[in-house]
Amino acid sequence: MRLGELPRRDLAARLERRGVDLDTGAFIVRLETPIAALVGEVQSLYRDYPLDEGGGLADFHVAVVSPPGPLGIRRWWRQQATVILDEDRPFEPLPVDMAVPMLEWSINWCAATRANQYVMIHAAVLERGGCALVLPGVSGAGKSTLCAGLALRGWRLLSDEFALIRPGDGALDPWPRPISLKNASIDVIRRWAPDAYMSMPVPHTNKGTVAHVRPPADSVRRARESAMPAWLVFPAFEKDTPPSLTPMPRARAFFRLADCSFNYPSLGIRGFRTLSRMIDGCDAYEFRYSSLDDALGLLGALPLPTPAA
Amino acid sequence: MDIGLLARLLREPASMARLTPAEWDVLLRQARHASLLARLEALARDAGVLEAAPARVRTRLESARIDVEQQQRLIRWEVTRLRRVLAPLRAPVVLLKGAAYLHADLPAARGRQFNDVDILVPAEALGDVEAMLRGEGWVSTVSSAYDDRYYREWSHELPPMAHKDRQVVVDVHHNILPPTGRLRPDARLLLAAARPLPESPLRVLAPEDMVLHCACHLFMSGELHKSLRDLGDLDALVRGFAGGAGFWPALLERARALHVERPLYYGLRFAERLFGTPVPAQSRLAVARVAPPAPVRAAMDTLVLAAMAPDQPARPRRGKGLALRLLTVRHHWLRMPPLMLARHLVHQALVRRTDGG
Repeated sequence: MRLGELPRRDLAARLERRGVDLDTGAFIVRLETPIAALVGEVQSLYRDYPLDEGGGLADFHVAVVSPPGPLGIRRWWRQQATVILDEDRPFEPLPVDMAVPMLEWSINWCAATRANQYVMIHAAVLERGGCALVLPGVSGAGKSTLCAGLALRGWRLLSDEFALIRPGDGALDPWPRPISLKNASIDVIRRWAPDAYMSMPVPHTNKGTVAHVRPPADSVRRARESAMPAWLVFPAFEKDTPPSLTPMPRARAFFRLADCSFNYPSLGIRGFRTLSRMIDGCDAYEFRYSSLDDALGLLGALPLPTPAA
Repeated sequence: MDIGLLARLLREPASMARLTPAEWDVLLRQARHASLLARLEALARDAGVLEAAPARVRTRLESARIDVEQQQRLIRWEVTRLRRVLAPLRAPVVLLKGAAYLHADLPAARGRQFNDVDILVPAEALGDVEAMLRGEGWVSTVSSAYDDRYYREWSHELPPMAHKDRQVVVDVHHNILPPTGRLRPDARLLLAAARPLPESPLRVLAPEDMVLHCACHLFMSGELHKSLRDLGDLDALVRGFAGGAGFWPALLERARALHVERPLYYGLRFAERLFGTPVPAQSRLAVARVAPPAPVRAAMDTLVLAAMAPDQPARPRRGKGLALRLLTVRHHWLRMPPLMLARHLVHQALVRRTDGG
């Protein structure tokens, strides 16, 4: 059973009472919310995800609720939303319109702080022909735009925020989720793929205007198919410059990668070995681009990597 | 009274082998909230039930263990820094709580979460310690003048500090309870009895004092949501020390000398109730002599068990909020004389209001 197949009323009732366990690939996420306005957006963004039938054992538990405020005033005046993760409320309440971005950030936060079974890198991951492309990124480098652009034109989406590297064999586990777009990227992707579903843009968040793109159904369906990393590409968006793909020395790529990791220090020697192996098996590049068309062409033509001797 | 799945499994780790996936789901959440997830992992490993647990459960428990291992590395590192900076100090430096369990290699350190390093120094050395730390890059984590004064005048520690390049908070204590409170143990006794650590100039409290400090911390500190973890410390300490000859009589004697018999009474009572801590019948009788009158005892039982019971997320158990509030009132009452308390609460209320704007 997929989330999209549940009648809206049933979904609302389940979200309010016991929550739904979404199988998102690497993690089972239990989602609970009594906020009716959130039900439609959840159903649209997560339409293709299977409901987990594993007996009620979830990895992350995220409840989006409306705090009543003094005398319950917030229930009808300037309604807010806040997130409860287990019993903790790690974030300040925000206006209820921001519930979707807040939900997405909260799920990310759970993974970033709890999933030491992986070496976690802040990166988008896509796959083609069995080879994975890893796009580590600081904010503003255009990682998410690039990720959405490729995922909507033939590449399989593994994740737009997390490279989940298995220490045992170095494979990347998929965690396809709605792709978060900011500000100008929203219109870029709308023009790039007018048929893709995008959530209602939310203005005035601390990251500006934010919208989420529904991941392609095929990526969600293949959420258990891991992939071996082949290309490590550090993107930088630069307006009006010709695209360039410059090979990067492995040692430098290693440190850039470790810098983008959520849990590299915690993993000690295991983290070091895992990243070393990944670097040895990949070709690393610095990538400047100013248009998605150029990116699609250049990245699609990347040669198979030559592993380190 | 239902004190939750977590308490039952902390008492009988072997029964983890029989949990359903849905029960694991509840247990892991309760354990995370109580900062006991990695402790649960250690217990499961000892009981030989980790291998039989569902793969998802093992993954989460192991992930928690990795976090705690990292925390323990950071704590050890911070202690080496403190050791270096405080080397010229002509006064004893005693590690307290988690850092002490870790450096004394006690079972209480297993799977224990850490946030900070606590040390105890003589009151007259506080100024020197603070100056030495500040000189080497430690800064106060407290920003308001009121909070700063609160710590210096009314508490038993300096405002918490942290090195500017690191996140580990260092609490420098001159006693184990606030000087404004009703119970005032003599810190000189604690310092005099402290034990050396192998290959280190640092010390740790004597075993009995360690147990008593833990018991004091348990119901005197403001952090009630962490009280289950503290009670777990008490349990592990007592189990670790109880084999030593004369531990129980020494513990009771020491509680009298330090005037902290009541906290010991409560600590043992609830450790026994929740963790099945073994207390010899004779010692239990001796401790019971300092029990509060029956109505107070009944009230504390109800409040503490209600406050500690972990509940289902997003659906707080009825009465838990009230229990927590009443215990907080008690905590403040024990900490300060009434007039000082009134002043403090008025200030806190005003600050909260301004912040909440």
